[in-house]
Amino acid sequence: MIEQLNKLFDSRIRIGIMSALMVNETVNFNELKSLLDVTDGNLATHLKTLEENNYIKVHKGFIGKKTNTTYTITKVGETAFKNHLKALEKIINDLG
Amino acid sequence: MQQDKVESLKTLKDIHGIMERSSRFLSLSGWSGVWAGCTALVGAAIARSWLTAVPGYYHRIYHDSEPYEQMEADYQSTLVKFVLLALGVLAVALAGGYYFTHQKAKKDGVSIWNSSSKRMFAELAIPLATGGVFAFAFLWNGLELYIAPICLAFYGLSLINGSKYTHSDIKYLGIAEVLLGCICLFVRGYGLLLWTIGFGVLHILYGIIMWKKYDS
Repeated sequence: MIEQLNKLFDSRIRIGIMSALMVNETVNFNELKSLLDVTDGNLATHLKTLEENNYIKVHKGFIGKKTNTTYTITKVGETAFKNHLKALEKIINDLG
Repeated sequence: MQQDKVESLKTLKDIHGIMERSSRFLSLSGWSGVWAGCTALVGAAIARSWLTAVPGYYHRIYHDSEPYEQMEADYQSTLVKFVLLALGVLAVALAGGYYFTHQKAKKDGVSIWNSSSKRMFAELAIPLATGGVFAFAFLWNGLELYIAPICLAFYGLSLINGSKYTHSDIKYLGIAEVLLGCICLFVRGYGLLLWTIGFGVLHILYGIIMWKKYDS
């Protein structure tokens, strides 16, 4: 399989979301927000894109009365992200 | 093409950084350390005053004239007092630690009970609980001498274990505690002093360093 850079991961924020989800079972909206230092709206847009591509799964829950939306990575997302990493490494190695 | 390589390297570095930050609980407040240290100092001072105020305990071997039952009863009640004091110190230290960390987490905009903090607490709890069982068993068998080294060593191991999921600096505090615990095994009569250094002085020092590095 030829590794290619994934267009969806052009964005720094989308790649950040995926990185966090790779090493954590679940991450919630506020954790992502402080981790990536983005505004609510910006983060929500990128999450939506990833969700539409079936890379992440959204779980809506509550802690007391506050909503707590958490995210997990899907198998599809994991594979796509790993391939993207391979492609990045390939660029570095080929030019080395 | 060279530009691509630089970009790719930077992206990989960013990914690594985010993975690292997102899997660690970084809102542990330096004030928690200072608070725990001060609590330990107060607790140690109370323990010290008891030791000198209760001759039945300190000099129990030399009082041949005292009836054995009386001596034994004095010893038991003193022991219970010390255990209650220790649990009290632990509770006050934990409550303060929780409060300051909760405040910092709120400021950082993260939950105190997120996936990385849960992992950190689990990693801390395993050696700590083991140490608790050891301390209790040694006390049960009348070996109070080993309580201080056990507390220090297992607490240190617990910090080393938990350091994977929080600021890695905590590891050095852990190593220092383990070392103190090992020294404590061999120097008789300095248990309370070394305990005071380990849980009091080191916590305060560590707390100040952490506060300067991450809180302020």
